[in-house]
Amino acid sequence: MSATEATEPTEAAQQRTPIRAKQRLGDILFSRAALISGSVILLILALVAIFLVAQSLPAVVADPEDFIGKPASLWDYVWPLVFGTLWSATLALVMALPLAVGIALFISHYAPRRLAAVLGYIIDLLAAVPSVVYGLWGIGVLAPAVLPAYQWLTENLGFIPFFAGPVSGTGRTILTAAIVLGVMILPVMTAICREIFLQTPVLHEEAALALGATRWEMITMAVLPFGRPGIISGAMLGLGRALGETMAVAMVLSPQAIITFALLQSANPNTIAANIALSFPESYGVNVNLLIFTGLVLFLITLAVNSIARYIVNRRKDFSGAN
Amino acid sequence: MTATQAPAPITNSLTQGRLHPRTPWVILGLSLTAAAGIVSLLSASTDAPFSLVGTIALGVLFYLVMIVVISRQVEGSRKATDRFVTALVTGAFLIAMTPLVSLIVTVIINGSARFDVPFFTNSMRNVVGEGGGAVHAIVGTLLMTGTAAIISIPIGLLTAIYLVEYGRGPLARAITFFVDVMTGIPSIVAGLFAYALFALFFGPGVRMGFAGAIALSVLMIPVVVRSCEEMLRVVPNELREASYALGVPKWLTIVNVVLPTSAAGIATGVMLSIARVIGETAPLLIVAGFSQSMNYNLFADRMQSLPVFVFTSYSIQGVDTQAYLDRAWAGALTLILIVMLLNLVARLIARFFAPKLGR
Repeated sequence: MSATEATEPTEAAQQRTPIRAKQRLGDILFSRAALISGSVILLILALVAIFLVAQSLPAVVADPEDFIGKPASLWDYVWPLVFGTLWSATLALVMALPLAVGIALFISHYAPRRLAAVLGYIIDLLAAVPSVVYGLWGIGVLAPAVLPAYQWLTENLGFIPFFAGPVSGTGRTILTAAIVLGVMILPVMTAICREIFLQTPVLHEEAALALGATRWEMITMAVLPFGRPGIISGAMLGLGRALGETMAVAMVLSPQAIITFALLQSANPNTIAANIALSFPESYGVNVNLLIFTGLVLFLITLAVNSIARYIVNRRKDFSGAN
Repeated sequence: MTATQAPAPITNSLTQGRLHPRTPWVILGLSLTAAAGIVSLLSASTDAPFSLVGTIALGVLFYLVMIVVISRQVEGSRKATDRFVTALVTGAFLIAMTPLVSLIVTVIINGSARFDVPFFTNSMRNVVGEGGGAVHAIVGTLLMTGTAAIISIPIGLLTAIYLVEYGRGPLARAITFFVDVMTGIPSIVAGLFAYALFALFFGPGVRMGFAGAIALSVLMIPVVVRSCEEMLRVVPNELREASYALGVPKWLTIVNVVLPTSAAGIATGVMLSIARVIGETAPLLIVAGFSQSMNYNLFADRMQSLPVFVFTSYSIQGVDTQAYLDRAWAGALTLILIVMLLNLVARLIARFFAPKLGR
């Protein structure tokens, strides 16, 4: 009896605790290193948030009289920049999204297979072209090239407020900046749309074609419904990139601190990022904090846009297989 | 009494008329010719120069109308819609390719003017007007990007290993989420962060190459994590299980089985992430400043980089404007060549060293 009593608990204990691998020193070191690296990322992001908030606080409490250009309040300085950022990014998205979907469809469903691979590679390459090169191209090639079109628009469609004159003499307007932004975000959006279009279940496509659908009917019935979350997230990521894009806008736009919807005039609203890049090298004192405050605002805007994009993608991921 | 009623027309794609495969091309040729005629007549009457853009736009418009009308007559409305959309999609592709091709061509033409030996051997110290080069900017770019890579690759790779091999529960989810957040940080905000961080230690107005490297690594880490994570997840679980079954500890399994299997993919991802940050201008403009002289010291003084060189050559033009513009374009060409080279190397690594998974 006493023997069974003595052995029973140990047997039970053996059954309860699963076999554990021996913890070797290498294992511990390696897993700790991995854990620490992961935590470093959280730390960096926390630091980014803390430093931006800490450095922008002086601008919040400072007297607006000290700011450059003497705005009536902090909000008066920031709001035109926020407007310009959102406005230019929206214009870029409106122009680029239909084109991106078109190119993605062309590469995934229209172009010959061999050509499609080459085109995909070219698109990927263009996504890596530095923004400063786009800026140089925008001001050296695009702005002079679109000037005749702008003149035609103001003369013939000037009654629409967007195209109201007088037209800018240099072509360095918000519409030019938005076109450059659109060209820049095009490769990224195309890449995401193409990926998702290529993932469409082949059986769906073949079923549609077998039932006699034309290619376009097959696309509307099988490809686009499947790819919708991908298109949306691609658009949001493109929007996020357009919002934060700095150099291309800084080089192309001739800015002023105004709010206007006119696209072709010489007075244009500036964007947050371009304003920081242009003003920072010459800033001093509380103006540096002011610029950091606008940077914080930009950070929050892009954070919101990206979070919405992730939310849409994740919500759909479970049943569509698209991620 | 039913016989008087005409039977409903049965449409069948097998018996319906179809356009000859060459017909759309013929129509396209005819519409372009017609458009060219009209535009040249117009330009002759108004003394305006012949417009190629106008010709193509008008020709494509003609084509759209013609193909829809003809296809509707011969093939029916569904096929006509299909032809219309095909033309639209192809047109969207061509429209989008125009600026991209124009960009490449312009950079090559304008950049080749100063793409010579002095450009790669001289700095801009004491240069006014012509001459000078970008060697100080190239050295700065290599130093800062290299430092950023040294910081980012270990952190990014180990984080990816944590997420794939160890990470369970809320911490892993938090890291995944915040890596996504970090991917969306605008580059200028990363620059402001580096400035705020270094201003704390070195006082306001700090400019140094190392701060630029920190800003770049903030942008680079999430890219490295994302691409490495993807590659590690592709490694088949059977390989890990086979290794465990042979009694190999987990960390040696990762080092000797998982990492070699995904090495090509990881190298590709790292290359592409370097290509991403090497063209960053805004953060370096803020924290590394710009300079005309060579600076090998990451921890003191301003340091020029290639993208900032392009920007400053353009925005701060000296007495001889053309010389500054030529240098800006040559810098842009160099930058694009570096990026393309990195991309190409990444592709080659992926192609030749990828393991054969027997699929």
